Amino acid sequence: MGDVARIQLRDLCGTRAGDKGDISNVALFAYDEEAYEAIRAEVTADRVKRHVGSLVLGEVRRYEAANVLALNFVMERALGGGGPRSLRSDNLGKTLGGALLRMEIDVPASVAASAPRRRPVVP
Amino acid sequence: MTVTVAGGQGFYGDHVGSTRTLLDAGVDYLCLEALAELTLAILQKDRQRDESLGYTRDLPAYLALALPHVAEKRTKVITNAGGINPVGAGRAAVETAKRLGISGVRIATVVGDDLTGRVDELAGAGHGSLTNAETGEPWSSFPGDLLFASAYLGAGPIVSALADGADVVITGRTADPSLFLAPLVYEHGWASDDWDRLAAGIVVGHLCECSGQSTGGNLSGEWWTVPEPWNFAYPIAECEADGTAVLTKAPGTGGRVDFDTVRHQLLYEVHDPAAYVTPDVVADFTSVALDDLGDDRVRLSGVRGRPATPTYKALFTYPYGWSGESRVAFAWPDAYAKARAAAAIFRRRVEMAGHVVDDWLEEYWGVNALHGATVPLDGADEAPEVIVRLAWRCGDAATVARVGREMAPMALSAPPWGLTGTGRGMGGAPSQLMGLWPALVDKSLVDPGVAVEMVEV
Repeated sequence: MGDVARIQLRDLCGTRAGDKGDISNVALFAYDEEAYEAIRAEVTADRVKRHVGSLVLGEVRRYEAANVLALNFVMERALGGGGPRSLRSDNLGKTLGGALLRMEIDVPASVAASAPRRRPVVP
Repeated sequence: MTVTVAGGQGFYGDHVGSTRTLLDAGVDYLCLEALAELTLAILQKDRQRDESLGYTRDLPAYLALALPHVAEKRTKVITNAGGINPVGAGRAAVETAKRLGISGVRIATVVGDDLTGRVDELAGAGHGSLTNAETGEPWSSFPGDLLFASAYLGAGPIVSALADGADVVITGRTADPSLFLAPLVYEHGWASDDWDRLAAGIVVGHLCECSGQSTGGNLSGEWWTVPEPWNFAYPIAECEADGTAVLTKAPGTGGRVDFDTVRHQLLYEVHDPAAYVTPDVVADFTSVALDDLGDDRVRLSGVRGRPATPTYKALFTYPYGWSGESRVAFAWPDAYAKARAAAAIFRRRVEMAGHVVDDWLEEYWGVNALHGATVPLDGADEAPEVIVRLAWRCGDAATVARVGREMAPMALSAPPWGLTGTGRGMGGAPSQLMGLWPALVDKSLVDPGVAVEMVEV
């Protein structure tokens, strides 16, 4: 492996989270093929499990969807018991994807250099 | 022959008026998906108050817009607005048609998803029946009284209703994408074991069922570049007999349909993307090719499917006590410390008063309320302001309210400054909680009870 650089997931992918019962699924959508290979190599289920800490009490599983350059993390016991009984403000886990984007990973320097680093422009 | 299906509602509370853009576009089928898991709690409370309720009450408003188009045979409506009372919803639909002076419209109601009265029979059916599909717990540990139970039905009963000439089809629990698959099966004559085409229809349904979520809503990519986000864009799929389709949106609306907006929806609420289990087929979402054609058009092709399973998913629900909550804002300096101290004082006061609280939750807005352990706390001590949100769960509504009343006296006797930011509600109104118990039920135990009732107005 050549030069590596540390980068936050927010600069490599988008995300959306969904809920079913007490299970949250968080999908990461890489911005291009290189970014997809980078997150596929680095963002393992174990790593996500450690990152989310007490937000998620159960197991974390990872699935791949290469056709849309995505990783899908299925997290059990992740919503305070499930939408209609959870005491959490975010009882559906809509913001859990954002929590994942905070993670930093090491990627080839070329991937970091070409990461879009898009930031909102709101008047 | 191209058949157009459109997603005019993504949840109970969506914008009714935006459906007009789809009707004006002349879609063949307007599908209204009204039921999230959370919606069930709302409908259950409605029905507790009034036996005739239990369906989503915006149905008449949607039908008031759609029925004139339906009466002219320009479109048909398919919806799961029946919730936990499809018969009540069907009655409301007929009343709406009569009130509008609409005639010559056939309204079908699908019943048979309700399993509430059959739980003992189903639990006794062997094969580890009604085991919690999420946790693996046996039915014997179901916590408390059953509120209601319903199975997620497939496209079948809707296809039957359409074949019998229905113009409007109202169901209770039906798997969301099956609402969209049904008209494609009916129009294109797809066989019940044509797994690839059925899976293609499920992909279409999945991409349309959450209204604006495939057309630029809730987009974590460049959300700030989505055109006219106030001019809600709802999805339309142009579907061919071979299973291919183009996803687009109503003309004249804002939003965007491109590779990024569509893939964001593709994995929404999906577990294994290679095996998306529905009552009609097991769809492989990793087989879909998304071709961005430009001009807000994305082509879907190559979808593969596998045979359906012998079971339906069903949800069994139980009461889970009552909740209350309160928020207080604290200002710099030491806002976070004051907020934590206030939470501790409040909880101590509640304990001294002898109120029994089963669960507490503390959230610190401005620090880590949403992202918990993933947030570094470096700057927290200097936060310009912090809101503490305390939530509690008790066995009954009265106790929840008594806990909330312990907050007010803290205005003059807790960390500074006063009870800023609590709003007029202070302790908040008690709210009933509900637990979900998902389980699989053999289709052979459910199907004999499924029927379509037709009324012509």
